[in-house]
Amino acid sequence: MNFQRPFAMLRKELLHISRDPRSLALALAMPVILLLLFSYALSLDVDRIPTYIIDHDKSSDSRSLIEQFKGSRYFSILGYPDTYDTAEYGIGRNECLLVVVIPKDFARDLAERRPQPVQLLLDGTDSNTASIARGYSESVVTSWTAQRLRVKIPVEARVRVWYNPTLESRNFIVPGLISVILMIISALLTSLTVAREWETGTLEQLLSTPLRTAEIIAGKLGAFFILGVADALIALTVGILVFHVPFRGSFIFLGVATAVFLMGAFSWGLLLSSIADTQLQAFQLGMLSSFLPAFLLSGFIYAIENMPPIIQVATYLFPSRYFIAILKATFLKGLGFAELWPQLLALVLYAVIVSVLAMRRMRSKVA
Amino acid sequence: MISLRGLTRRFGDLVAVDHLSLDIAEGEIFGLVGPDGAGKTTTLRMIAGLVDPTEGEAVVAGFNAKTQTVQVRDRIGYMAQRFGLYGDLTVKENMRFYSDLFGMSAADRDALSPKLLDMTRMAPFVDRPAAKLSGGMKQKLALMCTLLHKPQVLLLDEPTNGVDPVSRRDFWVILHQLVADGLTLLLSTAYMDEAERCNRVGLMHQGRLLQCDTPQALRQSLASDCYAVETAHPRVERERLSKLPQVLSARPAGSALHVFLKPGTQPETVWNTSEQPVERIVPSLEDIFVATVERG
Repeated sequence: MNFQRPFAMLRKELLHISRDPRSLALALAMPVILLLLFSYALSLDVDRIPTYIIDHDKSSDSRSLIEQFKGSRYFSILGYPDTYDTAEYGIGRNECLLVVVIPKDFARDLAERRPQPVQLLLDGTDSNTASIARGYSESVVTSWTAQRLRVKIPVEARVRVWYNPTLESRNFIVPGLISVILMIISALLTSLTVAREWETGTLEQLLSTPLRTAEIIAGKLGAFFILGVADALIALTVGILVFHVPFRGSFIFLGVATAVFLMGAFSWGLLLSSIADTQLQAFQLGMLSSFLPAFLLSGFIYAIENMPPIIQVATYLFPSRYFIAILKATFLKGLGFAELWPQLLALVLYAVIVSVLAMRRMRSKVA
Repeated sequence: MISLRGLTRRFGDLVAVDHLSLDIAEGEIFGLVGPDGAGKTTTLRMIAGLVDPTEGEAVVAGFNAKTQTVQVRDRIGYMAQRFGLYGDLTVKENMRFYSDLFGMSAADRDALSPKLLDMTRMAPFVDRPAAKLSGGMKQKLALMCTLLHKPQVLLLDEPTNGVDPVSRRDFWVILHQLVADGLTLLLSTAYMDEAERCNRVGLMHQGRLLQCDTPQALRQSLASDCYAVETAHPRVERERLSKLPQVLSARPAGSALHVFLKPGTQPETVWNTSEQPVERIVPSLEDIFVATVERG
């Protein structure tokens, strides 16, 4: 391979990018837009749970329990309906997620040390939020009872959350999101490029020159790599400076991992591009094969350990899985090469295998 | 310089090129003439190593186009039928890109580019994006890009398709200059007047080479038998002629019919020459082509 030809390809690709300011702006603005959208919209934190409380007892005890709910930042008390029907209607109309029902004679029975249960009605439509709301409300009731009866709970669990002590979902969403963004951008940008040359007829002209297919690939990879690194830097900066996600690891290690991941993602895009006959086809293939796995099969939001075994096996095929593990561990745990080399190795293997496949698939003939 | 031996390409059941054999000498201008779908483009692509032949071989400057593709591509300039340059790049940038692909040094490029720009009169447009050039200028740019590495063989696929007549004439002036400098030129065209400018012409139809000779020889091979007849009702006349056994073919040309008769036929047996003006003519390549095709 000589260097003049791939370098000429790279120069030409950069000229294309610079001549198309709208696409360039899109490619550079996309990480910021996606980060803003996702980290605000995709918050999995549950607080200010809309709640109705039905107090059938109206005693000082029931009022004290209500105060306990009112004092917690996890609940927002919307009203105190008198009847069950009103509360039920409230859940049905999405006015509230939780209804606390304090039974009649609650205080009297409590004084006689045979407490009645407090009923918690939950809207289970969103099971994730419902189970978190359940946990919060149960613990409010338990701790209030313990206090009221002056009993000590025999064995108490003392919880300490490591790495993300406030359990803010943003802290794990943003690192994962960087991987999703890079995967989408790289696969989409590159998947179009060869298909476009095929459609406009320039590829036939290119192939009639001494240009080797490996040099076409190298030139195109180089140009998109520059764009991908710019995107990665933007995403990292926004994540750390705007969202204050803690970064505890090594920038150098993350930089190396990002570079390897980008090469793999670009090669995947080029491979699709050489398979597809039109830009539209390439776009659809790129979207389907980059966005979905990066989002669903990567451990970005849904823990891989909870997936059925067959899906778990499938996740090993997509590079996002490894890159997200690296991102989360370098951001939050401060791990580096010593612990994360298996993931890095997987990314290297992926990049090598897919780029070789792309070079072999790349046509050197018109028909 | 170019040697084709039984060159054949099939696409499924379709035989695009059917056992084509041909030798083109150095410095020759050879024109492949035929209607759309005759197999001209596939032939050129096989010579450029862009399509592999199903059978037979194409040898260019001593190298096999299928197995020694790289050596062949170093020695040819290929201009596809569709404009294959980058519309968002300027004339200069396109030329720079192609000169890099052919491994030219900056010095060589700077020495040759002005000459090419001068010859094609494109110098005023070097900074214009290729997409904003006229059809004729696009073709000239494409030609320059294929000439940058000083190829020995130039393959042009319908180079003047969609180009206005004045630009076509310009284009041919350039081509004749190049051949004078020792280039071998193989082009395909659907225009008969263009074929007349070639040293030799191959008539292609349905993948086969029907005839191959100089334009003069092709004309003379049938010259003795071609007549032009003026008629007020060309369609009726053509119908009548096609039923006569001594008529080979008849085709409308302007207000007249060009009619080929079997050798030795007296025109008086076909027309009442005292009433109808019949003139013996030297047929055009188009006449020959139609006659050849109609005879099978």
